[in-house]
Amino acid sequence: MYDVIIIGAGVTGCSIAREISKYKVNACVIEKEEDVCCGTSKANSAIMHAGFDAEEGSLMARLNVRGNEMIETLSSDLDIPFIRNGSLVVCTNEEDLPKLQDLYQRGIANGVRDLAVLNREESVRLEPNLSDQVVGSLYAPTAGIICPFTMTFAFAEIASQNGIAFKFNTTVEDIQKSNGCYEVKTNHGILGSKYVVNAAGVYADVFHNMVSSKKMKITARRGEYCLLDKSAGSHVSKTIFALPGKYGKGVLVAPTVHGNLIIGPTAADIEDKEGTNTTKEGLGELLQKAGNTVKDLPLRQTITSFAGLRAHEDHHEFIIREVEDSAGFIDAAGMESPGLTSAPAVGEMVVGIIKNTFQMETKTDYIAVRKGIVHAAELTVEERNELIKMQPEYGNIICRCEMISEGEILDAIHRPLGAKSLDGVKRRVRAGAGRCQAGFCTPKTMEILSRELHIPMEDIVKSGMEANVVIGKNRAVK
Amino acid sequence: MEKYDIVVIGGGPAGLAAAASAKENGCNSILILERDNELGGILNQCIHNGFGLHTFKEELTGPEYADRYIKEVKELGIEYRLHTMVMDISENKVVTAMNRERGLYTIMAKAVILAMGCRERPRGALNIPGYRPAGIFSAGTAQRLINIDGYMPGKEVVILGSGDIGLIMARRMTLEGAKVKVVAELLPFSGGLKRNIVQCLDDYNIPLKLRHTVVDIDGKERLKGITLAQVGEDGKPIKETEEYISCDTLLLSVGLIPENELSNACGIRMEPVTSGPQVNESLETSISGIFACGNVLHVHDLVDYVSEEAALAGKNAVKYISAMETGETEPDQNEAEPIHLVATEGVRYTVPAVINVNKMEDSLIVRFRVGNVFQDSFISVYFDEERVIHRKKKIMAPGEMEEIKLQRVKLREFENLRTITVKIEKE
Repeated sequence: MYDVIIIGAGVTGCSIAREISKYKVNACVIEKEEDVCCGTSKANSAIMHAGFDAEEGSLMARLNVRGNEMIETLSSDLDIPFIRNGSLVVCTNEEDLPKLQDLYQRGIANGVRDLAVLNREESVRLEPNLSDQVVGSLYAPTAGIICPFTMTFAFAEIASQNGIAFKFNTTVEDIQKSNGCYEVKTNHGILGSKYVVNAAGVYADVFHNMVSSKKMKITARRGEYCLLDKSAGSHVSKTIFALPGKYGKGVLVAPTVHGNLIIGPTAADIEDKEGTNTTKEGLGELLQKAGNTVKDLPLRQTITSFAGLRAHEDHHEFIIREVEDSAGFIDAAGMESPGLTSAPAVGEMVVGIIKNTFQMETKTDYIAVRKGIVHAAELTVEERNELIKMQPEYGNIICRCEMISEGEILDAIHRPLGAKSLDGVKRRVRAGAGRCQAGFCTPKTMEILSRELHIPMEDIVKSGMEANVVIGKNRAVK
Repeated sequence: MEKYDIVVIGGGPAGLAAAASAKENGCNSILILERDNELGGILNQCIHNGFGLHTFKEELTGPEYADRYIKEVKELGIEYRLHTMVMDISENKVVTAMNRERGLYTIMAKAVILAMGCRERPRGALNIPGYRPAGIFSAGTAQRLINIDGYMPGKEVVILGSGDIGLIMARRMTLEGAKVKVVAELLPFSGGLKRNIVQCLDDYNIPLKLRHTVVDIDGKERLKGITLAQVGEDGKPIKETEEYISCDTLLLSVGLIPENELSNACGIRMEPVTSGPQVNESLETSISGIFACGNVLHVHDLVDYVSEEAALAGKNAVKYISAMETGETEPDQNEAEPIHLVATEGVRYTVPAVINVNKMEDSLIVRFRVGNVFQDSFISVYFDEERVIHRKKKIMAPGEMEEIKLQRVKLREFENLRTITVKIEKE
């Protein structure tokens, strides 16, 4: 019997797990995929929003600003790559200039610090590659960029080290309430719990609707992205947004914390909650729109494209509350943008809700600090040689595009909640995330996974139970 | 800091031939740095035959061809280090390398020969829409999995792109029992060698669909199928020509990119068309004493030409060092004005792009590729305005490298020669 079951090991679920792991509590996280960070958390803009977009007084506004404040300390405590690079919302039309003022005012009301409305000259001085149509911008120095994978892994690792259980490849099939407790039926049997937290992303409505008569509808809103090579990474230094439209913040152009350039997302509501495919139309639209705000984009440097699904609730607001007609079931739903930014604050809020009705004692031995995977390329020569002397695998480069050593991959595999798949390795250490897109390192990383986890090569997957890379030894084909 | 006369970056066919040639030309202080666990480079996974027809007048497999050079390098007593990644090359030729035993360390070289080879263009570079399941490989990755590791990527295969590795893999996977359903090529002609189309596709009844491309990828975890469509003159898919083909494997053979991250970081001037360094008649880059050869310079069709080119780079590196040491420096003095090669009208590029007539050998082979299929056309070479070479070819295609031979005496006949233009003419 658990005190708390969290459904979903995305950034929201893992943030809640980390927050609750500060207390003496018996909790677990249930995840349908084989790893954390497999849904919306892995495919988004990787932005820490400043907080001027959301409507004044909304939960989105409050949690965005709070999350943005919290990330500074969190990123240093948990070793999460984070850069406060600032953002510009650019206006490309004289007539729309008043909308910049509106955004500015909203930002002030939301408590966003240091906002400024800039004219064209001031904007271009900050960002020389803005398009010729740009007539002004809203500058938000508190906006940032982050590694959403590391953010999620860091939360999960801390939660795990502090005793929270993680159950992967576990699908929730039904939730029943009996004797004041929840019975969560999974493909691996029934789990009982006093509280259930619903952090299931695009599936949050499915689980909410299992326990409540007040139905929720979450729509998967697909966003397509292009990622450009590091050679294009300094094309802009700040995150460049277009003025928001009906479907959100529009297409942005931003550097990533790893030095690439990201362009996206589109916005299209779809039926399929697994519809992470890119489309010809989407990619076309993306490239056309990005050119409105930023000029001379080196699109030939595209190394990959991908799509993520935002969990859009009809009212475009986070739903973070105990379900009215189902005490002890707490939704953390509608976590679309700025969901990543807000995740740390959502963790606080959800645990606050649980504490209203459940006495939890604070742990005295809580592990608050995480040492991330060493990125050997960032060390000094002396530090690196010291490391190689202690563990020679750090001297053996496996991914030549990102210059990732075997030592880093071993750490990714063997740390708490370690990588089990090629994508798991990629998201933790970036082996395979570079310009050749894993052409050279795939066989090598497979061999390492196979050797370290004692699983045959045939069973190594890219991501997901069925995603085997090879089908067997040669001549296995009938 | 360690010191060597010549450091060769890469122990594949180019690096091996360059090192052997440097040694034969009198250099005794040579070091080859190789990142893999054996010498030979990509040839080790090219277990098919067809290598060496020009060099050895016999048909060898890739490993056999490599082995001849590996043996030579060993017999010549040339030093090499395996498992060693070169991290940086500085303008003043300090090479930073790393391996498990030595950690990160530096080597001072008098000359550096770049021989890092190339990599394959990935799916992302094409922006093919659809899902991102397992089962999509660049052809070379699949080749390595089968030929080195011994594992089959899948059993029902579609190949996009008709580059040589894709063609070779169509045959290889068929021989291993897989069904190769189709090879699709966006262009109206194949990017591979004619002999590979005959021997790898035609002989196995594998259809080659020209002017076709993949427009969608199906399958969330493992590939389930792809949608193929015909493309029009503009290279864009034509509506209602889409055809779904079920498959568990998609191989991409859509081009090779010289791997020049080190060259770029070093500040070497690059040639946009080849994505390789710009070199002169000595295969010397814009930084004196740094030479380039093989697929890092421009993508070759036959390894024989790589070896030949690399041997020239090795020889010139030795010349460069002896010129430095005998005080004939700075080598750029008392030089004639450089002659620029201009590639135009069907010719995509030339290697080299610049010639110093005083430094060229008696004759110089200039290699290039054409941008389209040409039948019964002429390779024409103009010295300034005057046509000096006019050679008829029955067929020329982008998949095959072409060459012309320039004689120094001929260049000398033209006073103040500024430009050599290479083009394809109908008559």
